[in-house]
Amino acid sequence: MINVLKPGLLSSIQDLGRTGYQKFGVISSGAMDPFSHRMANLLAGNEENDPVLEITMMGPILTFEKDTLISICGGDLSPSINGQPVRTWRSVFVKKGSELKFGRCRKGCRAYLAAAGGFAVPDVMNSKSTYLRAGIGGYKGRALKSGDLLETGKPSLQSLKITEYLTKQILDRTFVENDWGIASELIPDTAANPEIRITRGRQFDLFSEASQVQLFKHAFEVTSQSDRMGYRLKGPALSLSEHAEQISEAVNFGSIQVPPDGNPIVLLADRQTTGGYPKIGQVAAVDLPLLAQAKPGDSLSFAEISNEQAQQLLINREMKLRELKQGIFLKTRGGN
Amino acid sequence: MNEILLNKNEDLLLPNNILFLSTNKFTAKAGEMMRYTLHPLGDDAVLVELGKEISKETHQKVQSLTAFLEKYPPEWMIEYIPAYTTVTIFYNPFKAYQLSNGQLPFNFVCSLIKPLIEEMTENNMPEPEIVEIPVCYGGEFGPDLDFVAEHNGITPEEVIEIHSSGSYLVYMIGFAPGFPFIGGMSEQIAAPRRDTPRLKIPERTVGIAGMQTGIYPIETPGGWQLIGRTPVKLFRPTDDSPTLLKAGDQIKFKPISLEEYHHWEETEQ
Repeated sequence: MINVLKPGLLSSIQDLGRTGYQKFGVISSGAMDPFSHRMANLLAGNEENDPVLEITMMGPILTFEKDTLISICGGDLSPSINGQPVRTWRSVFVKKGSELKFGRCRKGCRAYLAAAGGFAVPDVMNSKSTYLRAGIGGYKGRALKSGDLLETGKPSLQSLKITEYLTKQILDRTFVENDWGIASELIPDTAANPEIRITRGRQFDLFSEASQVQLFKHAFEVTSQSDRMGYRLKGPALSLSEHAEQISEAVNFGSIQVPPDGNPIVLLADRQTTGGYPKIGQVAAVDLPLLAQAKPGDSLSFAEISNEQAQQLLINREMKLRELKQGIFLKTRGGN
Repeated sequence: MNEILLNKNEDLLLPNNILFLSTNKFTAKAGEMMRYTLHPLGDDAVLVELGKEISKETHQKVQSLTAFLEKYPPEWMIEYIPAYTTVTIFYNPFKAYQLSNGQLPFNFVCSLIKPLIEEMTENNMPEPEIVEIPVCYGGEFGPDLDFVAEHNGITPEEVIEIHSSGSYLVYMIGFAPGFPFIGGMSEQIAAPRRDTPRLKIPERTVGIAGMQTGIYPIETPGGWQLIGRTPVKLFRPTDDSPTLLKAGDQIKFKPISLEEYHHWEETEQ
């Protein structure tokens, strides 16, 4: 069990999203940075879709009521255990009574804390993700508050093997990280002001030639009106070559739509299921982590790739992730 | 066709571009092959466009495709979102990649969707479900009923009479869980949106915006003119079917008294 001493700015339980219910207008929710979410689970020995804690900008203070295997992936929010810095993108075995604290936002803005067995919260419509606006899913349908108690589920065999591997090395310390890391090429480079690869949106051709050029030439700032639903960007105003009303249709994670004021909005995890603004672009799935880690004040620039390239990049990354999964499996079980 | 554009939407939270269609001159010819185009929507979805305008004819095509997907869900499909003129099919790109022996997922999925649509006729349309929604009009539930009446030069009773005598088609669900985009409201009770949207509209409130009527399933901000409230929950997250309404349903509103409203609300909970 994990005790929430301080909740942080916005800490909520998320899995990879609520699928199958968008036809009813129920939004997908889920992790903003699905890649970091999956990696955290992998390193804690969990299933990829298990619920983890998504931590935003200012992290929580948590205490462990029992020995727990965890992993923190995604943005670097200066995590420390009992005052000692703890590395991200590692499996970490923590002794009971330890305190996990987050500090300054050094890189990115969202960290994913997985605990072996996943956080034990009920399924709502097939998912454990928190749908904040409707107050359902996750931990009591809301972000964490001080005094909350998070139960963890039954650890998998893989979690037990990783734990066994780490307990051999812990000695008298209160926590221990695994002594091997993840190939740095696999970890998205979440530097400030990222370049994000996008494909043309379905209504790209309806935009004026000037707007089509500006989209790729100028940087866009992530404004403070940005949240899990979408980022409102500020830059050169984009406009259609002539007024045209759109008929509402489905939108996707990373769709870039442009309302009449000309400031684009990138839709994210808590997006509505459908929208009626013209879509000028679509963020390649492989670059969604970069977007999710961008924070207000950062500037984004967009680079155009084809749909074929975007899918090929996604497939390539998925292959590497599978290799990594195999590698971790062998590493933690090889000795037995 | 009588197409009127509504809504110059105030913010992200409001549905945009709600169009209204009062008459329908088309009847679908059974067996006629569907015209469609396929478009990528990100790396895990293909958008099937079945028409360019909001019409009952296109709506029926959308309904037949979704009925088909519901009955025979392809193994690479994750889910689908129907809208006025489109059905967007979400798929698992890696699964598609594996199933296709290394083809690009979008190409592979399109090659499977094409025969599926081409074989489909408009005969497999499901019968529309008729959903009766009780509404307590006016009073604290419908603070704008008088405005709607005044705006149209009729009495509040006439507004209720007109609103509850219509039959409405749910073209699509979007904006919020179970929020219906409805066509078929009479011009006689049309009313513009409020200049300043309300910050909170209680769940289950029935409103009018332009020539559109709708019901808020969850508490949200909004600029609609509020005319009443239903005791029936539109969003039921713990039920198998989590929303009262779905695309293709026919809606009828039934006026009820405040007493009946409270009684109904108690039995609902």
